[in-house]
Amino acid sequence: MSNKFTKGLLRKIPWHINDSEVTPEAVFKDRRNIVKALGLGAVGASMPSAAQADIFDLFSKDKEKKNFVTQPLAFTKDTNYANDEIVTPYNKVTTHNNFYEFGTSKKAPAQNSQEFQVEPWSLVIDGEVERPITLGYDDFTKLMELEQRTYRMRCVEAWSMVIPWLGFPLATLLKRAGVTSKGKYVAFETLHDPEQMPGQKNRFLGGGIHYPYVEGLTIAEAMNDLTFMAVGLYGKSLPPQNGAPIRLVVPWKYGFKSIKSVVRIRVTSQRPPTSWNQLAANEYGFYANVNPGVDHPRWSQASERRIAEGGLFSAKRIPTLPFNGYGDQVADLYRGLDLRKNF
Amino acid sequence: MRLTNKHLFLLKAFMHWAALVPIVYLVLAVMTDEAGGDPVQYIIHYTGIGALNTLLIMLCISPIAKRFKQGVLVQTRRLIGLYVFAYATLHLAAFISLDLLFEWSLFFTETVKRPYILVGMLAYLLLFALAITSLNSIKRNMGKRWQKLHNSVYVVALLVPLHFIWSVKSEIIEPSIYIALTALLLWARKDQLKRIFSR
Repeated sequence: MSNKFTKGLLRKIPWHINDSEVTPEAVFKDRRNIVKALGLGAVGASMPSAAQADIFDLFSKDKEKKNFVTQPLAFTKDTNYANDEIVTPYNKVTTHNNFYEFGTSKKAPAQNSQEFQVEPWSLVIDGEVERPITLGYDDFTKLMELEQRTYRMRCVEAWSMVIPWLGFPLATLLKRAGVTSKGKYVAFETLHDPEQMPGQKNRFLGGGIHYPYVEGLTIAEAMNDLTFMAVGLYGKSLPPQNGAPIRLVVPWKYGFKSIKSVVRIRVTSQRPPTSWNQLAANEYGFYANVNPGVDHPRWSQASERRIAEGGLFSAKRIPTLPFNGYGDQVADLYRGLDLRKNF
Repeated sequence: MRLTNKHLFLLKAFMHWAALVPIVYLVLAVMTDEAGGDPVQYIIHYTGIGALNTLLIMLCISPIAKRFKQGVLVQTRRLIGLYVFAYATLHLAAFISLDLLFEWSLFFTETVKRPYILVGMLAYLLLFALAITSLNSIKRNMGKRWQKLHNSVYVVALLVPLHFIWSVKSEIIEPSIYIALTALLLWARKDQLKRIFSR
């Protein structure tokens, strides 16, 4: 290569280094140990793990951190509730998440949750029920008959995916517990474990949400056949960033209603508080039904960016449908309700 | 020690390097999936923060130059200012191309309807005006009006952190820190600002 990059200038350019001076691959790969040997470990250890990952892992795929291990799951029924829309690839579904318990950026949950412990797990169904139930980790897959359901998922931030979930209708569970006549609402709660969830420990990482995250549905919404408890996606158990080991999926509502890593389902007589609604009631309603006619105060909900296959510029903006296209199944639930006021 | 023109050359070379490395990092992060499976929001946020950081660094220059009597430093402000504009351009381009996917009608209605976007656009238009009038020949032709126009960088410094805090859902700590830093940098030149705005 010629060093002559300006007419008349033939000196060696100082930042052009010879190949022999470039770090040998073995040394490069061993740089963590070199860092340790230099006594810089403390510097690294004092940085947040996400920052470390950014600095040290950018150029390598030889990750030292282990990935969460998912299990293949069998299912008996397979229904596509998203017509023939293209399913969002697994790697996008599992690396683009809103799960503030593991950090507020979209990539943080996948980075910070791989050592999350899902076993043992205990999910309590109680409140206004005849027979309170406690389900353990194995019960989700052994006691319940799993089916696959491909749903559209519309985030309140105006992006969407199509995801093949594995799980069972919430109604199956509630019927087992037997909802009493006082049961008008269902309250959900995410695990509160600041040791495992850095966002719960550190306000900066957790984005200012009051933990544990809570959500709620009316009893009619909870008993609707579309309302689903997912334990897996793409034929495998859920990775932590998607809400392992068990999460809610309510496909006609904005994604934040679909609470993750649930430890408690409580049937109540009063409308329960819900996290985003408490934080900003003018932006996030209790119902949070997907509605192209009611904008978020800071952006339009009339269309959405569909995350499908391909690179950055292959995404498409598509019109958002009322109830995310599930109006036939759920519009009856809201007869007589002003959906502009009850957004 | 007084900085000379040779130092200035090296300092400028360093500034170019420091401004461009984060862009290289961003491109690599996106290519290696380190920016997440759908890096749109990451890119928009990254370039926006880049513009704000660069703006704050630029606002540090004249207080430092005054404090340490290094007048030659003032000559780096155009370079840094143009990088503020460059990052802001990437930020806006990412929003229009990657998020809105070139739906221009949506871009215009959103700009009018959403105060935080309007504030961001106002800041960008001011930056645009400052960038195109940064050539020496234009500066000479504009005479006194040039300084008047370029004083609007302080308006930009108010608009950008406002745009940031208005755009977040609940993570207000980071934008609050930026507002405090901006306030500090404007406070450092309060006498000058009083003169400008009392005229």
